[in-house]
Order: sequence, then structure tokens, then C-alpha cells
Amino acid sequence: MTGMKIEKISGKGVYVAGNDIDTDRIIPARFLKCVTFDELGPALFYDERFDTDDNSKHHVLDKSEHRGAQVLISDANFGCGSSREHAPQAIQKFGFKAVIAESFAEIFHGNCTTLGIPCVMMEKADRELIAEIIASDADTDMIVDIEGLKVICGNHVFNVKMKDSAREAFLAASYDPLDTLLVARSAVEETAKRLGYA
Amino acid sequence: MGKNLYQKVWDDHVVGQLESGQYQLFIALHLIHEVTSPQAFGMLKDKGLGVAYPKRTFATVDHIIPTTDQSRPLGDDMAEKMIQVLSDATQEAGIEFFAPRSGSQGIVHVVGPELGLTQPGMTICCGDSHTSTHGAFGCIALGIGTSQVRDVLASQTLAMDPLKVRRIRVEGTLSTGVTAKDVTLHIIRMLGVNGGVGYAYEYAGSAIENMSMEERMTVCNMSIEGGARCGYINPDQTTFDFLKGKERTPQGAEFDSAVERWKSYASDADASYDDEVVIQAAEIKPTVTWGITPAQSISIEELTPDPEAVEGLDKDLINDALSYMKFSANEPIKGTKIDVAFIGSCTNGRLSDFEAVAKLIEGKHVAANVKAIAVPGSEKVDVAARALGLHKTFEAAGFEWRLPGCSMCLAMNPDKLVGDEICASSSNRNFVGRQGSPTGRTLLMSPMMVAAAAIEGQVADAREVFGLE
Repeated sequence: MTGMKIEKISGKGVYVAGNDIDTDRIIPARFLKCVTFDELGPALFYDERFDTDDNSKHHVLDKSEHRGAQVLISDANFGCGSSREHAPQAIQKFGFKAVIAESFAEIFHGNCTTLGIPCVMMEKADRELIAEIIASDADTDMIVDIEGLKVICGNHVFNVKMKDSAREAFLAASYDPLDTLLVARSAVEETAKRLGYA
Repeated sequence: MGKNLYQKVWDDHVVGQLESGQYQLFIALHLIHEVTSPQAFGMLKDKGLGVAYPKRTFATVDHIIPTTDQSRPLGDDMAEKMIQVLSDATQEAGIEFFAPRSGSQGIVHVVGPELGLTQPGMTICCGDSHTSTHGAFGCIALGIGTSQVRDVLASQTLAMDPLKVRRIRVEGTLSTGVTAKDVTLHIIRMLGVNGGVGYAYEYAGSAIENMSMEERMTVCNMSIEGGARCGYINPDQTTFDFLKGKERTPQGAEFDSAVERWKSYASDADASYDDEVVIQAAEIKPTVTWGITPAQSISIEELTPDPEAVEGLDKDLINDALSYMKFSANEPIKGTKIDVAFIGSCTNGRLSDFEAVAKLIEGKHVAANVKAIAVPGSEKVDVAARALGLHKTFEAAGFEWRLPGCSMCLAMNPDKLVGDEICASSSNRNFVGRQGSPTGRTLLMSPMMVAAAAIEGQVADAREVFGLE
């Protein structure tokens, strides 16, 4: 076991609207010049949040009422583009513990899962309602229930979807697969030999 | 019922099923570079693990390397450090590193194929989404994140869910002036940027079969831009001819027996697919993006879309894109003034890309207001191009001939747009800020169309500029 079971995430939510938000927007390429992921949090959505002189553009993530939000909400095809793990690393290091969207790009989804960030799919009308609730009270508690496939926001309960294998991995604390992959060393060796790779 | 290539390669490389329901997949070839991989070595150290199969991993440097002066130490301290960390880590692990000036450095997706490391029937991965390029040889080639790079280094395997397979048949003959780049942009336009989620794309049909290996790589390269996790083309005689005599392919009788094995991976005639799309080659025209996703493209003859003509999500997407691009609806893309022209990248930075353009630009000159750069995809491409005198043709036409690297595709090196400059680009992404300026604008197109735009100083129809019929 590499991590802890992830069954429920609770905290405030923040809605970053937009479809096809790509990983270059989530973290611009110049911040990829690093040899560890430790310092990436502040770079999240940098060019959306700051102008070229580093002055705040008063992006929703920088509004004081959303400080400390743990659930990031966005729209369709979130995380498309590059395979850079810097994107989910920046999301995690900024403080988010789950992402809700209409849909996710595949590599991004896989990277999030490995890092223990559940990617949850929710219908547009439901996301819009959550956005309204948050807009009227940013402190509204949200609960992302991985086991029950539900999101609770204020007095509302929403059904959500998750990729089965990811959901099971969170519940079994096996979302970081490395330890599991190392178990089958001899079977790996046999496969390598059979294919002429060893 | 027969099997398609994806199923055959998958079945061959599966080690077993994991408790999560995912499968453990053996990775035949692992490629790494300086941006997404050095961190993985740190993760391994933290866990006290070593590299399981160092001979199955190869490293090079491409994203951060400057294309003007590559003398060491590099002017950018962090860029230098990234190369150094990769160099040290690979040396310690016994991984071969194609360093700058080794004669084999280049964009990782140019290097693998040109050395013959990329071979049919392999599972290939790299911490880079354009790993799909290698699918041109009949491979399952996957872009992965850094934690997965760590997994592959530690175990030579990945935890994966199987993909569905969509066959995309491009049938018939491409018109003059229509290239592999136009084919891939057209496919993405038809199926959308997330149309491929959950799928591997099998590109087939006579137009694909008639392509050279370098053209096939261009098509597979942009699979990820259509949301597909990977894309591939069945190996055939064109594939085997390309691989024959390459540095890292088997030689002599061993090559012949390898070919027999490679052939067996091709999709069976009665293979089944989860989906099929047929596109008529004759319908594809020289294509240019007008927006901020690779699916937001039109043919050179069309007008920018009208958001009022559509409803819902599409309307928002079109409005956002036009606003960022500072374009109006219902305007021809042809005639759009450009500031920069870029030919290069893992999509279109191979020898045949430069050869095709050199033939066209001979005796012509880049417009006065345009900065034009040609960046070979690897040291080998550079050497081969120079041997043919192509660099002289480009320079005489007003292009700068640069040193190999990713260059202006992604703004991790000094080649960047400034302000809201417009770049006619042979690369693969036109995302907001992709080319290094938060307000920079990218128009994706074929190398031939980039050359036409460079010469005219505005987006132009290469068929007219170069008198192609």
C-alpha cells in the first residue's frame, strides 16, 4: 500500500469555467523548467491569474472567499493536451483534493489518479447549480463521496460518475500502482524473455 | 473473428491483471527527456528503487535546448541543470543518453524512429503526449505522466485499462497541395478534440497506405490532439523498407525474421473494431486552424465560423476562440497577416518536410515583416539536410536554419512569440499561450502552407503561391 484509502473529500469548492482547458493553461510551459514538482502550486493557471507584469487579474482562484478551496470544478475535456504531470501536481500543491468536470482528457485523468486526486464527472446542469450555490455562499461545504458516487453541496445531492478502475483504486488505496507492479517481478521477466526483450 | 493490431500487441505484452481490474503491461521501449523524467529518478531514490531494465530506456534532450547556441553550460541555468540531472541519472542507471552533439540528439519522437529503436509490435511509452507518433510503425505508443515514468523505470511495466479501437479509413487520393498534416487536422476537425477519448485510432485506407513513413508519423503524432490515447498504422512493406539498415534494427537474416514477426502484428482482414469512420481523401483541402484548439480549423477556402449560427457549448467555444485570436466571424482565414513562420517540431520536423518545402521556396523570399525559422527535428535530420544543401535553400529564401530541438512548438527554450504575434506554425498545438506569449496566436498548418504564408506575409493558399496543380 502506498497511500491512504480515499473515500470522501470535503471542503469548499471553486468553479473555474471553460471547456477544453488544456494543460498549457493549467501550467504554462515556462514553469516546467524544474527538476522537482515541489514549487508548482503558485504557478497554477498562472497566465489566467496574472498579467505579464505579474499583477493579479483577480481570477476566481485568487478571490479571498475561495481561499482554501479543496474541490476544483470545471467543464468539458478538462486537462487536454500535454502529458505533463506538472498540471495535476500544481493542482494538488495549490490545495485541491478532487476535480469535478463534465469530462477529462485521458492522460490527465491517469496522472490525477496516480497522485490520489479523484476526477469526478458531473452533468452540466448540476455543475451550474453548484456554481450558483458557491456564488451565493463560497463557504458552502461540499462532500465528494467516492464510495457512494455522490456529491453533496449544501442541501443538494448530485449523482456523479467515475471511471471504475480509478474509483476502486481509491477505495482500495491502490491508486499509486507502483508497489503492485513490483510484485510480479518474475512474471515480468518471463514476458520480457518470451518477447525477446531480455 | 480476427484481431486488430492493438489487440495483438496488447495481448502479447500483458503480464497479468491487477486487483484494481487494470492490466500490467510490459513496455518494450521507454524514451525519456529532460522535462518530465528527471523527477522520476528522484521518486525512485525516495523509494530506494533502481532501474529494472536500463537497456530498454533511452534518453535525449529536446524541449529546453536552444536552437541558436547549444554550447555548454547553456545560458539558462535551469535548462543546464535539467540536462545535467538527466545526464547524471542516466549515467548512474546505465541508460543510454543521446546528448547534444552526440550525433543522435533530437526531438525524442524523431530520434526513436530514425535510429530504428521504434519497431512494429512494440509497446512504447514516453513522458510526452506526442509519443503517439511511434504508432506509425504499428506500435501501441503512449504518452504518460512522470509517476508512470517512475513505474516504467522501476518495473518496465504500466498499469493500464485496455482501449477501444476506432478504425479511421482515409480512402482515395489526396489532391495536390494536400499533405499528411492536412489529413490529421481534417480528422480532428471532423471528430473533435475529445472524440478519441477511450480509443486507440487505427489509421487505414488507401490514402494512409500510400503515405511514406514520415507522413504516417505526422498523422499518428496528432492522435492525442483528437483525444485518442494513441494512434497506429499497420506495418507494411513501406515500414520494413524504412527500417532496413537503421542503426538499431536487426541486420541480415535477423532482419528478415524480424519482418516476418512484424507482419504478424498487422490487423487481420476480419478484425473487429469498436467504431469505424470513413473519410474521402478528395474532400480534404489545405487546412488552417483559426482558434485555440486543433479542432478549430477550416480549409484555406473557408470563412471563420459564425457563433450565431450554432447553439450552446459550440457558441461559447467559438466566441472565446475568436476573441482570443482577435478574429471576426465570417472572415476568410486567407489573407491573415502573420509575424512569424515556424517549420519544425515532432509533427513536421523531418527530412522530407524540409525537402518538400525547399523545392517550393527556391528563388522565392520570405516577406520583409516575417521572421521565419526552420528547425530540424534532430542532429541526423540536420546533417542529412545539410548534405543535400537544403539549409542553403532555406537561408537564401530568408529563413534562419537553426539547431535541432522542439523550438517554437512549446516555449520552453528561447524561441517564443512576443505579445500577440501571429505564427504560421507546422507544430501541433494552438492553445492559448502555447508558443510562449500569453497573448500569442498560433495558426497550425502544413509546412508547405507555412512556407506560403512566410513568402506572402499572410496566410495564403500554397497551391496558388507555388503554382501547384
